[in-house]
Amino acid sequence: MADSFSINERMSGRRKFLVAATSVAGGVAGAAIATPFLLSMMPSERAKAAGAPVEVDISKLEPGMLLMVEWRGKVVWVLNRTPEMLESLVKVESNLADPNSEKNQQPEYARNRTRSIKPEILVTEGVCTHLGCSPVFRKDIAPADLGPDWQGGFFCPCHGSKFDLAGRVFKNVPAPTNMVVPPHAYLSDSRLLIGSESEGSV
Amino acid sequence: MSNLFNSMLGWVDKRFPLSSNWKAHLSEYYAPKNFNFWYFFGSLALLVLVNQLITGIFLTMNYKPDASMAFASVEYIMRDVDYGWLIRYMHSTGASMFFVVVYLHMFRGMMYGSYRKPRELLWLVGMAIFFVLMSLAFTGYILPWGQMSYWGAQVIVSMFGAIPMIGETLQQWLLGDFTLSDAALNRFFAYHVVTLPLVLLVLVFVHILALHETGSNNPDGVEIKENKNAATGIPVDGIPFHPYYTVKDIVGVVVFLFVFCGIIFFAPEMGGYFLEYNNFIPANTLQTPDHIAPVWYFTPYYSMLRAVTVNFLGVDAKLWGVILMAGSVVIFCFLPWLDRSPVKSIRYKGPYFKIALVLFVISFFVLGWLGTKSPTPLYTLLAQIFTIIYFAFFVLMPWYSKIDRTKPEPKRLKE
Repeated sequence: MADSFSINERMSGRRKFLVAATSVAGGVAGAAIATPFLLSMMPSERAKAAGAPVEVDISKLEPGMLLMVEWRGKVVWVLNRTPEMLESLVKVESNLADPNSEKNQQPEYARNRTRSIKPEILVTEGVCTHLGCSPVFRKDIAPADLGPDWQGGFFCPCHGSKFDLAGRVFKNVPAPTNMVVPPHAYLSDSRLLIGSESEGSV
Repeated sequence: MSNLFNSMLGWVDKRFPLSSNWKAHLSEYYAPKNFNFWYFFGSLALLVLVNQLITGIFLTMNYKPDASMAFASVEYIMRDVDYGWLIRYMHSTGASMFFVVVYLHMFRGMMYGSYRKPRELLWLVGMAIFFVLMSLAFTGYILPWGQMSYWGAQVIVSMFGAIPMIGETLQQWLLGDFTLSDAALNRFFAYHVVTLPLVLLVLVFVHILALHETGSNNPDGVEIKENKNAATGIPVDGIPFHPYYTVKDIVGVVVFLFVFCGIIFFAPEMGGYFLEYNNFIPANTLQTPDHIAPVWYFTPYYSMLRAVTVNFLGVDAKLWGVILMAGSVVIFCFLPWLDRSPVKSIRYKGPYFKIALVLFVISFFVLGWLGTKSPTPLYTLLAQIFTIIYFAFFVLMPWYSKIDRTKPEPKRLKE
């Protein structure tokens, strides 16, 4: 075994160069043939095409009710908030990590206290920003398991992250950022488009 | 008759090193004569590996790796395929028992210092086997496409998204889609039945080769190769693996199979620890189950993942959780260099090491138990405390193992 390694020392400069050049060329060829295999694992053309926006009728969404819509295989929530729910957004603000939505987790038109276009209608991806679970809508106030300060919000059962009723994350939980507000627009008072900002771009 | 056998063997031996390998690895592989209870688990791991390979092959004959058909095909195996339930329960129970025997096998190594020089590489190959085993368990758990399959995979794959810069692209590359979907199920099936088992088999082969190069450690931590019979060159404290330890291991296999069959026939779900109740509900991409926890063998690491709730050193809590979780497994790789004790075995180590090992085992169990519970402020605090104890076992080892009051190691095995 040791002999085969010591052969290196007895090689001429020309041979050493040829061995090195062959190794480099072989390495390049290896990387080249690996590329198509690795790229074949990226989302396919069909997967890329499946992201079309969805239209939702919210005329029957009563105050306090949560509607779940599927968009791009993810759940999107549409929550019609009551005036009490909107008041709770102010009360919890001192306990939030990013109350003013400074991190880029929403379109410009949702960068406000309610994180919405219409104050009462919240549109957000129902996906925890920690590790992708879907939090539970907990509108009960001060339940035993969530403590006396709970004003209603979203609780992630996986790792205990908490969000308020605007999808803003609380301090000292595993989730780092507020929930994502997807691009959306109102086509009329009761027709909501999720995934795009205008009908034309559908 | 024996003449015919001998001449056939001679014919083979001229063309393939059959007898010489049989001697080198079985009939003339000398193992220390003092192996105890803890030395059953290597051969039992091999037994479970064979069980997983055979039952797995038969499961693929009826399973469909398609998000719209996977759940139903597993139920088909359970209800309509003759003995399908038995084969599937052998496979699912085998997965949990694989971790039972591998954890005990690793604990043996920690007690008797089997990771110490000259067995560092043997230990590292073993760790690689452990990583592949974890990947196999994870990809296998996704296949039934139940609620726990789906949301468990969601959590694990999202961890890659926590890696700065490349996270999001890496996640899409892993999933083959923008969300967890059919594409991911299909490729995880490919990993589970082809890629990972092949890698595992190669690593197990290398593990055994490395073991037979250095020779086995033993409960006294004495190197039997340092004391050979001058005439024969055979270690005086060694006995041939075959027939002595093959016969001993068969006893272990019989006892193990009693337990294994008991679980398969009377408690295949093990109260929700081996097969979780929520996984009998088909995957629902819109709703996470109210309570999600991984299968028992991952719960200690899962507890550490969610124990970090504050940002520090400019890194957010999410990434810290992922780093701690990965670190809690990878840190075992450093044991050969963290242990500075002059002796290998716990029999000659001092009180500091013994206390540290007990605390480590307690923290492993407490974290494992916490990982099955919903997070509350008290449980999160407990998880944080025991995460610190878990890591302290490793991080402080260079210090406490060095200053410990050890007893002198014997030169020969006692009886």
